[in-house]
Amino acid sequence: MSEHEVTVTINGEKITKKVEARTLLVHFIREDLALTGTHIGCDTTSCGACTVIVRGKPVKSCTMFAVQADGADIETIEGLAAGGELHPLQEGFWEKHGLQCGYCTQGMIMSAKGFLAENPNPTEDEIRHGISGNLCRCTGYNKIVEAIQYAAEKLQAAEGGE
Amino acid sequence: MIPGAFEYHSPTSLDEALSLLKQHSGDAKILAGGQSLIPAMRFRLAVPSTLIDINGLNDLRYVEERGDHLAIGAMTLESSLEDAAVVRQSYPLLHDTALVIADPLVRNMATVGGNIAHADPANDHPATMLAYNATVVAKGPNGERTIAIDDFFTGLFENALTEDEILTEIRVPKPGAGSGGAYTKFERKVGDYAISAAAVQLKLEGNTIAEARIGLTNVSAVPMRAPGAESALVGKSADAGTIEAAGQAAAAECDPSPDLRGSVDYKRDITRVMVKRSIDKAVARAKGGN
Repeated sequence: MSEHEVTVTINGEKITKKVEARTLLVHFIREDLALTGTHIGCDTTSCGACTVIVRGKPVKSCTMFAVQADGADIETIEGLAAGGELHPLQEGFWEKHGLQCGYCTQGMIMSAKGFLAENPNPTEDEIRHGISGNLCRCTGYNKIVEAIQYAAEKLQAAEGGE
Repeated sequence: MIPGAFEYHSPTSLDEALSLLKQHSGDAKILAGGQSLIPAMRFRLAVPSTLIDINGLNDLRYVEERGDHLAIGAMTLESSLEDAAVVRQSYPLLHDTALVIADPLVRNMATVGGNIAHADPANDHPATMLAYNATVVAKGPNGERTIAIDDFFTGLFENALTEDEILTEIRVPKPGAGSGGAYTKFERKVGDYAISAAAVQLKLEGNTIAEARIGLTNVSAVPMRAPGAESALVGKSADAGTIEAAGQAAAAECDPSPDLRGSVDYKRDITRVMVKRSIDKAVARAKGGN
């Protein structure tokens, strides 16, 4: 068994832990760091419920070993609300009814955060392409697209106002 | 699902990776993007005792034209391929392919070299690289060698690399004047493997097809070209009759397995349609369209 010391900066907090090489990043986040907002859905790299942002890019944390994240900046859903105030994406999902059971929601939000950083003013098609790695079994996606449009507009307005 | 235990190494240079590979010869796997290997390890379909993670080899991440070809570093992310201006402008077949590989999250980790080295007939790059007549560059303890893509895929998940070699680069020939290419994929949903997909790269002289290469995805045990479909095109005028004949030839020569994605007959017919759509688009692009 090979054990490794892994240091990550997760939602701004630097943490060092020992992990076994085979520990998947999602298990490290949920079990070692006790951040259970990141979900495990399919366990087959299909559903995107485990999406987190690693080194600025949204990825499936079930398809990466924790040891690979050594030295990385990681963002999870827990890091989004600043000072108790919802992030525009969270607010968008609330306002536009972007969730029903909520299981996929954090993955959707982290994916959207990732692609909005690169394309802050996406078309509807670009949003659909952007979340195409995230499955939702409830909403039919339309409300999720509206939620992301809401957030994009709000983020753009905040940007313009500064 | 938890993968089996393994020893983990993360070399910072290609030479270090090669020496680790030699040292653990026979039971080590190279970890590139991991988007096929890690799922296989979770299912315990793969239980390597050593993983050599080459994600630290950032000098294997590049996409640029060099002389007569486009050089793609093996560790280039699929997402960077999707974003590369040179790919969008001059390699439409490759751009089409980059847009439909797995899903955007997977493309943020998955690498071009990994997609090819995995030698999975269900992966998309094999067909595309066969259509482009690409060259694979491999490095081993005895130096570098090049392998023609036609000789690269030797079996299901098997390639021409020796145990101590690492795929370092893929070279795609620059398409000449009058060239066009396209990739068309039929899938149940984003992220699933293709039911069938066709990569076409051709060259027109006037309205006559002077050269054509066609690769097929997920309709054979080993990534395959469609030689019958290619010869149905070459020397012929690019009209509907010729294109239908090529589609029918591909349907006849592919060798799909029945599975949850469909029966053999269904997959053959989808292959006919994918080939025709790719040829149509390739011809339109060769004439200057999109």
